[in-house]
Amino acid sequence: MAQPENLLYSKEHEWVKIDGDIATVGITEYAQSSLGDIVYVELPKTGAHVVQFGNIGVVESVKAVSDLFTPVGGEVVEVNTELDGDPALVNREPFAGGWMLKVRLSDASETARLLSPSAYEQLIAEEAH
Amino acid sequence: MSRLASDHTFSPIIFEQGQEGRGSRYVESGGAPTGFLPPEALRADLPLPDNTELDVVRHFTRLSARTFGIDLGFYPLGSCTMKYNPRVNDAMAELPALRDLHPWTPDDLAQGALQIMWELERSLCSLFGMAAFSLNPSAGAHAELTALLIAKKYFKDRGETRRGTVIVPDTAHGTNPASAAMCGFKVLSLRSDARGRVSVDALKNVLGADTAVCMMTNPNTLGLFEDHIHEISRAVHEAGGLMYYDGANANALMGNARPGDMGFDLMHLNLHKTFTIPHGGGGAGHGPVGVAAHLVEYLPIPYVRARAKAGADPSAAPSDRMEFRLDFDLPHSVGPVRSFWSNFAHAVRALAYIYANGAEGLAAVSQLAVLNANYLRVRVRDFLDTPYDEICRHEFVASAQALKRETGVKALDIAKALLDRGFMAPTIYFPLIVAEALMIEPTETESKETLDEFVAALREIVSLAKSDPGTILAAPERTVVGRLDETRAARQPDLRWYPHAETPANPN
Amino acid sequence: MYTPHTPRDIAQMLETVGANSLDDLVRVPDAIALRERLDLVPALPEAGIVKRFEHFARKNVGASYISFLGGGSYRHYTPPAIASLAMRGEFLTSYTPYQAEVSQGYLQAIYEWQTYVCLLTGLDVANASVYDGATALAEATIMSIHANGRKRALVSRAVNPNYRAVLQTYCDGLDVELDEIPVTANGTTDLAALQALVAEGTYACVALQSPNFFGNLDVPDAAAQSAIAASGTVSIAVVAEAIALAVLATPASWGAQIAVGEGQSFGVATAYGGPYLGFMATTKEHMRRIPGRLVGKTVDAGGNEAYVLTLQAREQHIRRERATSNICTNQAHCALIATIYLALLGKSGLQDVASANLKRSRELAASVASLQGCALEFDAPFFNEVVVNVGRPAGEVLDRLKGRGILGGIDLGRFYPEYANCILMTATELTSAGDIQALHAALNEVLDVPARV
Repeated sequence: MAQPENLLYSKEHEWVKIDGDIATVGITEYAQSSLGDIVYVELPKTGAHVVQFGNIGVVESVKAVSDLFTPVGGEVVEVNTELDGDPALVNREPFAGGWMLKVRLSDASETARLLSPSAYEQLIAEEAH
Repeated sequence: MSRLASDHTFSPIIFEQGQEGRGSRYVESGGAPTGFLPPEALRADLPLPDNTELDVVRHFTRLSARTFGIDLGFYPLGSCTMKYNPRVNDAMAELPALRDLHPWTPDDLAQGALQIMWELERSLCSLFGMAAFSLNPSAGAHAELTALLIAKKYFKDRGETRRGTVIVPDTAHGTNPASAAMCGFKVLSLRSDARGRVSVDALKNVLGADTAVCMMTNPNTLGLFEDHIHEISRAVHEAGGLMYYDGANANALMGNARPGDMGFDLMHLNLHKTFTIPHGGGGAGHGPVGVAAHLVEYLPIPYVRARAKAGADPSAAPSDRMEFRLDFDLPHSVGPVRSFWSNFAHAVRALAYIYANGAEGLAAVSQLAVLNANYLRVRVRDFLDTPYDEICRHEFVASAQALKRETGVKALDIAKALLDRGFMAPTIYFPLIVAEALMIEPTETESKETLDEFVAALREIVSLAKSDPGTILAAPERTVVGRLDETRAARQPDLRWYPHAETPANPN
Repeated sequence: MYTPHTPRDIAQMLETVGANSLDDLVRVPDAIALRERLDLVPALPEAGIVKRFEHFARKNVGASYISFLGGGSYRHYTPPAIASLAMRGEFLTSYTPYQAEVSQGYLQAIYEWQTYVCLLTGLDVANASVYDGATALAEATIMSIHANGRKRALVSRAVNPNYRAVLQTYCDGLDVELDEIPVTANGTTDLAALQALVAEGTYACVALQSPNFFGNLDVPDAAAQSAIAASGTVSIAVVAEAIALAVLATPASWGAQIAVGEGQSFGVATAYGGPYLGFMATTKEHMRRIPGRLVGKTVDAGGNEAYVLTLQAREQHIRRERATSNICTNQAHCALIATIYLALLGKSGLQDVASANLKRSRELAASVASLQGCALEFDAPFFNEVVVNVGRPAGEVLDRLKGRGILGGIDLGRFYPEYANCILMTATELTSAGDIQALHAALNEVLDVPARV
């Protein structure tokens, strides 16, 4: 399963898309499929400051709760309010409509600590064993 | 075709039955409330349905027919101790002078109630090796919270506020970490060793000046006795911590071994498990919390005290020669933990059960519970994996992991197929350290014939899983509804009925 | 013992297991072996058990006294149909309805209970129950702390003193500071003080009880409501006498975001304090913070409507140390009793009970107030409890009434030193005109005796 090439990834299965100083964050196809049917996403409030790899919320499926970590630090400038009414968007379109938050980067160099698409693909290949 | 259409147990929601003006007359009206209170204090409307008593009796009788209890069949729910609930216990709780006693009744006019509480407390102290029990907490989790409040206050009084960590094994009930968090403790989860037990070495590695309490269940949720418990207690005590016994599994050792002798400083009991109080669909329970001598002064209030009664008949039973009172004046108490003194009606039931058994009877209860569990374990391992296959206590854990790989049939599917065969399902997917876990606790009140029938049903299910897995994956088919869409329930929560006009456009 | 094993069963089963004896199965290391004889009550046959408990029952002489006790536990008429339905073994001996396919009846009953609580409080979401009124208030406080992150809580001093004490216990555990709002001379919460306190913007929540512990209606006025709303404080309504909900304006109508209370009045016996049931309701905004079990309606695989436990990811068995609460066992069977009670009484029956309480308590108040040396302490509107000043230490008067077979009420001085001469008296629909006359006559005698100095 090829990973979208225009994104960077974290070991915790989040993706990030960098657009100037704004980073869009979500969880990967691999993450959503292992979580199963997502029923609720708890996200930080707009204006919150988050630190790289910090815990920023949870993703709930029917019988499990998983922590959500942010791959980059900065100020939350937008959260995806669509997910409130339709958390299944994360299952259907993890890399598009299922995005979770936008962060104004505090330190662009943090992206150096993230994984390339090929490195991430290798990671999930290993986890599958 | 809808299953419901042909189902004589179906009853529409109560709010869509009845007609205004159809109610029964139970008490004489006092007249319009406007005669007593200013209009702005009154509610505009009371939108409740009026039904005849017959409507209501049929409604709830039908609902009862859609509910499975111990009275209907075998209920091997691991860690829940679903044993027979003797009817005499309920009858005693219903004696008018026990049922209708008001909690603010002065002590001298409530001596019978206080005596029941005192006899129960003393019996529990002896049975479990504790200095005192508080009967206040309403359930196991409530008792855990109470005990951890005691620990917190104890360390505070000793100036040891750095003790902020509670250690729980990875097999622990979820209430343990949740209770710790409610007292501001950090939770450290300890991995079980290859034998499914707490490793003394692993524990020693995490003990330190921050250790507050180590919470353990013994036997643990795998049904295994923690045979190094003595060393574990010693290590925790040497580190300055307290040992907490989660009594959910006390049915496995009652009358044969005591948490107090194992070094536990604090413990709770689920009287609704071990002492035959009916679970009533999830409560009410009763969760006395026990303490060793050094923690007695921290117990919640009130606490029942007894003293010799002047002029008592010397030939009377010991407790009949005493008088009792509620003591609210414990200077180091953590405070009260509930509105009133205890789930008293349940204390009545538990004491009646102790009377029915005595010390020897309770020890035999525990031995037979262990015999039933081992008998099932040995018979079930012929066709399902039992990952920790040794003499267990009151329960054991089987795994459907291999079966799932081979056939696609999971623990959940086996559970649903058991429902079709007239049995309650075991606890599944717990403890978390066993994949596809089926946690089976038969209890001592089930006969060999019942256990054999259960084994036969389980064997048939496993065999069908191999020959025709589709039939098991489709289960249950003989219940009033099929498998539930739990995802829909959680994504679009529908938690109440709305009058039609009010139904929100988006129920979310 | 309630065990079915014959000696032959035991022998066969031991052989299957490969053990020599029952003792072998439960053996523990020597270091922890049981060394003393257990000191329990003696084993009795069933007839002996009944005799023993009838003996205990006879010693509860207070159960047959004329009683004006209330203060968080209320005597109400309970139709016999309640016990005959609630004690059905299918309900009584079932566990938490985790296997929904064989628990549809109980699940539907809990869904109906949740709906009744919503209809009575005017709020959107209610849970399946918590332990009792006091712990419901504590859980509501925890919800508020999670909602706005503040670590202080505010409670009116007119809230049931037991509830406040339990709340203090919980707050100690959570390292939350608990402050009290004073009470006015008229036995209601000092709303000016409330406004000043919440204006600090540091309180997670503010809790008011109506009817309050003195029996008085006690809700915030418009100014206090706006002050609470403007400060971001969560408003909690406490209801200790649930029958009052049948006639009083709903908690939602004055802006309460959480309503909690004691459901004992809905058909549950006073039983020397338990088991009772705490109820909790809240707005949609706080739905995911509510503790305990929730039943939701969904469909089964065939599209049939059905009920199931839902939003379980909030709970301890999944979220462990980050759960909304540690609660597991709740008071389901008491909630079932309450649901049956509400279904039986319905709108008209519940209104009858509430109005009978209003009427009887006013008869009580008038009768007592007519006595020389007795006066009503407050003149605020009340529900079924009233505070009577007897002009001398209340404990002494209550003792003397006790000597005449009457439980006259609660000595308020126990909780409020400034009201040491006051008794909290309760009348319900079960209080007869004869009871009130008996109290009147006894009080008359008692008060004629000069107070001891």
